[in-house]
Amino acid sequence: MTDEPTELSSFREDIAKWITENCPESLRKRPIDEDSIVWGGRNWTFKHEDQRAWMESAIARGMTAPRWPTTYGGAGLSRAEEKIFREEMTRLKAPSPLESFGLWMLGPALLAFGTEEQKLHFLPQITRGEIRWCQGYSEPGAGSDLASVQTRAEDKGDHWLVNGSKIWTSYADKADWIFALVRTDRDAPKHLGISFMLIDMTSPGVTTKPIRLISGKSPFCETFFDNVKVPKSYGEGIPSQVGEINRGWDVAKHLLTHEREMISGGAQGLLGGRSTGEFLGNLDADTLADPVIRSQAMELEVDTLAFGMTLDRYKDQAQSGRGVGNASAMLKYYGTEINKRRYELLMSASGSEGAEWDSPYGSLAAEWLRTKANSIEGGTSEVMLDIIAKRVLELPSK
Amino acid sequence: MTSLLETEDETLLRDSARGFLSEASPVSALRANRDQGRAFDPALWREMAQMGWTGVLVPEEQGGADMGHRAAGILAEEMGTVLAASPFISTAVIAATALRGSGNGGLEKIASGDAIYAVAVDEGAKHAPLKTALKAEKSGNGFRLSGAKTFVADGASADRVLVLARTAGAAGEADGLTLFDIDATRAGLQRDVTGTVDSRDHARFTFDGLEATGEDVVGELDNGLATLRHGLQAGQAALAAELTGLSGGAYAMTVSYLKERQQFGRTIGSFQALQHRAAHLWSEIEVTASAVINAGRMLDEAPDQATLAVSVAKARATATAKLAVMEGVQMHGGIGMTDEFDMGFFMKRARVGAEWLGDYGYHAAQVAAARGF
Repeated sequence: MTDEPTELSSFREDIAKWITENCPESLRKRPIDEDSIVWGGRNWTFKHEDQRAWMESAIARGMTAPRWPTTYGGAGLSRAEEKIFREEMTRLKAPSPLESFGLWMLGPALLAFGTEEQKLHFLPQITRGEIRWCQGYSEPGAGSDLASVQTRAEDKGDHWLVNGSKIWTSYADKADWIFALVRTDRDAPKHLGISFMLIDMTSPGVTTKPIRLISGKSPFCETFFDNVKVPKSYGEGIPSQVGEINRGWDVAKHLLTHEREMISGGAQGLLGGRSTGEFLGNLDADTLADPVIRSQAMELEVDTLAFGMTLDRYKDQAQSGRGVGNASAMLKYYGTEINKRRYELLMSASGSEGAEWDSPYGSLAAEWLRTKANSIEGGTSEVMLDIIAKRVLELPSK
Repeated sequence: MTSLLETEDETLLRDSARGFLSEASPVSALRANRDQGRAFDPALWREMAQMGWTGVLVPEEQGGADMGHRAAGILAEEMGTVLAASPFISTAVIAATALRGSGNGGLEKIASGDAIYAVAVDEGAKHAPLKTALKAEKSGNGFRLSGAKTFVADGASADRVLVLARTAGAAGEADGLTLFDIDATRAGLQRDVTGTVDSRDHARFTFDGLEATGEDVVGELDNGLATLRHGLQAGQAALAAELTGLSGGAYAMTVSYLKERQQFGRTIGSFQALQHRAAHLWSEIEVTASAVINAGRMLDEAPDQATLAVSVAKARATATAKLAVMEGVQMHGGIGMTDEFDMGFFMKRARVGAEWLGDYGYHAAQVAAARGF
């Protein structure tokens, strides 16, 4: 940081000052957890008034979507500036002013595949936290084989008639809109008959039902479409699908890559206060002296550190403009498998106490159970290995 | 720290090293060396010197190219890919780093390729510098060295030896160790070749009252570990790079075999059981490669804080190489077991590389200590 170019170091000063002046002290003192996330949307209620103030300041400067162009409500920052912004946010313990599937996923898809009118219509609603989006990909009958979507959209002239159901739609019960994969051509090869459709969750015929997991309450839902009418257009130049009709798989694939990078990146974020070293350092000497626990911990630490370096390297590669491509499947595979190992170790190191729902280690047991989904959601480990074998190693299919 | 991406200069260095080694030292050269009973080809070593590789870590004033540890790692990695045998790590990496800044005159000869150095540290079957018991007793104005060293890489070929000896304290203590730089043919040193599975030069040294003077001491008396530590770390990082190159070499052979071999009327690479194992191996190599690059960068940019980075790299590289050669033999099936086929050479070098300069457990323990448990 010492040899940072002048324009970047003055940006750093400027943005740090802005964070300090606009992110209320109260937010910077509290730990960052589920309660401190602001998702926005029509039905959103702020847990603290200070959250509203912080979000509004961020919106005014485009900082809810730092990299998006200012025309669409972003701040138009360069990669280097965004990195500095994130570093300063972490340093000053400022929570993110707004999170959403719109910012993470739909926005990037619209920026890559949307019409100009679609971008102008939908993106500012995302950056301002007005519309909360959810993702409708998986179906009860189409898990890993995502492209076999059965949810149908029939062409009814001025609208599509949608029937079917989606599963694992996170926060569907709280979302305002859904971006969903629907089959618009039943006769085409399966990858070529899918469209990426934007649907208002208040449309008649849309219902949701929460799913309880082995770890307890979860944000996941089932979402049902029962004769839902989706207009073909939301205005001049604003079709209800992103990309061309029947070419939604291209958009979905693009987004899946994003999602994998997010999950693998999160493998480190998920550590939170539970770095292996720190956790074990606090255990009593007897537990730590157990040769099996100790050796597993050492191996895990070696792998975690090496994987962290790999994330850095791939991030640098992505930022250099060379792209990461199918290797992101490796990040997803490796990161989630490491996280499962970590929680197995922490559970065995914490012994019977770790098995208590409310243990001296907090919600460790629920976190442990939840990690089991890491290697399933966003493409299973096995699908990731298939992608690596076929796309990176170019092994034959027969 | 500089990004973990390869710079343009590094890519150029890698490409030229790869081009040279694929011509001058393919795996068949190792086979030829073994069949002739020699550990390496002196002509190859001379060419490495002419290209500046032996001086990769020697300052320019002493005739070196001074390219740094990441560059040394790239060279070692390319050597590992084709199993090129030479005293590169002993001489150009460990000795050059240990002698650097000590005022010792050996660096010019390392850079010019005129001196091969061996580094004699271990006395037991596991790497343990602190356990050094070999005694250097004061005698008149000098010292008399008595004791034994084992697993001295390039020990029989060496012109000179860096030997870690105890001038004070007891085995197990970090203080009281002194590093000596002596002629390998000096009276009182007996060198016996041990014949390791990788067909390289490893020797057992017996010191029987070998006489040394104060001029033979490198760095400070009783503080030899401080002098040698950077050298050992540099060697560990370079060896990790070599093992990663080796993993890549074994992996490449295996994947191309999976694409050719027909069984049950299919290419075996189409079997998902093998695809997933190959994909997993590739993932392990990718992750290890990051640790190796990081170790080189740390040694170049913050050498006093490099312990963790170096140990992560050596531990990872050891484990990954083991996986790569085991999968290499298994996926090749029976032919992988034959001496006629090259995979066995990869497996043998991986085993020796796993032990040299600290095995998985040694480095994992360093990592645990650095991480506070």
